[in-house]
Amino acid sequence: MRPFDYVEMRVPAKSQYVGVARLTISGLASRIGFSFDDIEDLKIASSEAVTNAVQHAYSEGEEGEVVIGCALYEDKIEIMVADHGQSFNFEETKAKVGPYHDQEEGAFLREGGLGLYLIETLMDEVKVHHQEGVTVFMTKHVEGEQVEEDVETISS
Amino acid sequence: MNIQVNLTENDNILKGDVHGEIDAHTAPVLREKLEAYQDQDGIKAELDLSGVDYMDSTGLGVFVAFYKSVNAKGGHVKLTGLSSRLKRLFDITGLGDIMDIEAAAGKGGN
Repeated sequence: MRPFDYVEMRVPAKSQYVGVARLTISGLASRIGFSFDDIEDLKIASSEAVTNAVQHAYSEGEEGEVVIGCALYEDKIEIMVADHGQSFNFEETKAKVGPYHDQEEGAFLREGGLGLYLIETLMDEVKVHHQEGVTVFMTKHVEGEQVEEDVETISS
Repeated sequence: MNIQVNLTENDNILKGDVHGEIDAHTAPVLREKLEAYQDQDGIKAELDLSGVDYMDSTGLGVFVAFYKSVNAKGGHVKLTGLSSRLKRLFDITGLGDIMDIEAAAGKGGN
């Protein structure tokens, strides 16, 4: 059995779906037991990533889809946002994304601007992958106390 | 996923309030309303953001653009009623040091 539950959304690359993705991720995060502040951070970070994807698709004149994959662990959430329509193999894509480098990602940074800065600040780990579009991969851990409660319920 | 923007201008003093969520979808509404006033010489704007439940970089972008235009014309922009979440957003981006912002009085959470 894989150690996480996986939830995937495909939404049209239109700005009105940014809020839908944000609210869904907020719901998933509260399932895991994130604090109110952490959930607010996750809402902003995921909105920034989806907004970038929507704007990228828009600038390319595509009527594409944005794919948002969420892996729910007992103590963390991993969120992957891809601005190209194809559904991805979460584990495979995760293995491919490299660490984030300022210089290499210069173009993406300029495009994403403040948004990418916020993603980096609000999440624990961020990776960006360029191949057939841009994929942002980000992780946030649940802080100490809530995790212990979950461990007991799961072991039964 | 709605936004409501109320602005009234009197004698070059702009008062307003924003309610709802400011994201990629709603930010253009806010931008358009503010753009109507940003080129008036020396306008004094005060916007109450206590009704804003959510905001991300798209909202910051709108306020920064408004701030820059108004400043260039010798005016002033003040943002009031910021929740601790909104205040934090301005602070971590460094905009809190540049812009005139005021947190909601006696409002610890949210």
